[in-house]
Amino acid sequence: MTTKEALINYCLRIGDTSLILGQRMSEWCSNGPVLEEDIAMTNIALDHIGQARTMLTYAGVLEGKGRTEDDFAYKRNEREFYNSLLSERPNGHFGDTVVRNFLQSAYFYHLYTALSSSKDELIAAHAAKSLKEVTYHLRHSAEWIVRLGDGTDESKNKVQTSINEIWEYTGNLFEMNDVDTLLIKEGIAINQTEIKSKWDKTVDEVLERAKLIRPTDAYMQTGSLKGMHSEYLGHLIAEMQFLPRAYPDAKW
Amino acid sequence: MNYTKEQIWKFLAEIPDPEIPVITIEELGVLRDVEIQPEKVIVTITPTYTGCPAMKLFEDEIILALKNKGIENVELKMVYSPAWTTDWMTEKAREKLTQYGIAPPVKGTQDKGVLFSSGSKVVKCPRCNSENTTLKSQFGSTACKALYRCNDCLEPFDYFKCI
Repeated sequence: MTTKEALINYCLRIGDTSLILGQRMSEWCSNGPVLEEDIAMTNIALDHIGQARTMLTYAGVLEGKGRTEDDFAYKRNEREFYNSLLSERPNGHFGDTVVRNFLQSAYFYHLYTALSSSKDELIAAHAAKSLKEVTYHLRHSAEWIVRLGDGTDESKNKVQTSINEIWEYTGNLFEMNDVDTLLIKEGIAINQTEIKSKWDKTVDEVLERAKLIRPTDAYMQTGSLKGMHSEYLGHLIAEMQFLPRAYPDAKW
Repeated sequence: MNYTKEQIWKFLAEIPDPEIPVITIEELGVLRDVEIQPEKVIVTITPTYTGCPAMKLFEDEIILALKNKGIENVELKMVYSPAWTTDWMTEKAREKLTQYGIAPPVKGTQDKGVLFSSGSKVVKCPRCNSENTTLKSQFGSTACKALYRCNDCLEPFDYFKCI
């Protein structure tokens, strides 16, 4: 594997996670529990789609075969996506969404903080820019975790269940393979174990404040680095890709 | 090329923000550079937010503005570094925002505390100038705004949030 090939894969991991989470969040459009939250969630969706665009465009430039951001988003199959397993989890109820977003945003926050000093100029610029946006996402979801966790018995039970059920998808965030090994050596990527310790701290701080219990690490789901996903990704992609697949090169 | 860089900058500087037409792309800090080459003009811009839908409109407006001056060959260059910040917004733009009914960003870039901000920042109501206001949501009508309410005149208002 060349550095370029590794970098393309690295961009797709970040870009796909943003894209899939953005698509998930867009499903909340007009379904939010209150108007302010509907607007907040669609705003967050927009930020993620924007972040995905930068990374997918860059992957296309690096590849040099003329593939655009749209080609990457709309013309790849499930097994060619490298998004985190967490990002494709269904929205469920509002608490499920808040928990998923919190765990993913805390990851992005620490990832982008670290990548702001990547030796790859575009990755560094993208990280510095996106960090400003995910800071708001992290704060938004963390505040909701506290409100729900330290709320009524019902909200507490529900959000604790959300955390317990999604926990097995968090280990995947920190997995590494030879792509990481190569890019860490080049000063482009960051060692995921560094992110993990910072992520742990943020998660612990918020859960403690929310009076929620952090599940113990047990079996962790795996696969996204090889393009292996849960059954949910295929359905999400089917909806996301329907129009460009049915009407290739449609314009409006 | 019949125009100087300064002239072209001036044409572009007048383009209004499609969402908030009282401020221009120059005042906003989106317009970063103009470069004249023998064959074309390169205009460098930077996005406010990565997903800002207004960026496409900015691009169309820039191309149209130059076309109206007879400049056909325009290349748009998007840069991400240095990342756009509300600190670039001029005093004049801040005043215009207030008059338009949007509270301008309180200086000092992003709120420092990532989690559980103390909320000590004072955002003045653009209508009655009261400092007695409450944050309702960090996310408002567009990506760049938060939603506040004035506790004195009771009106809701947009706040151009700091990034």
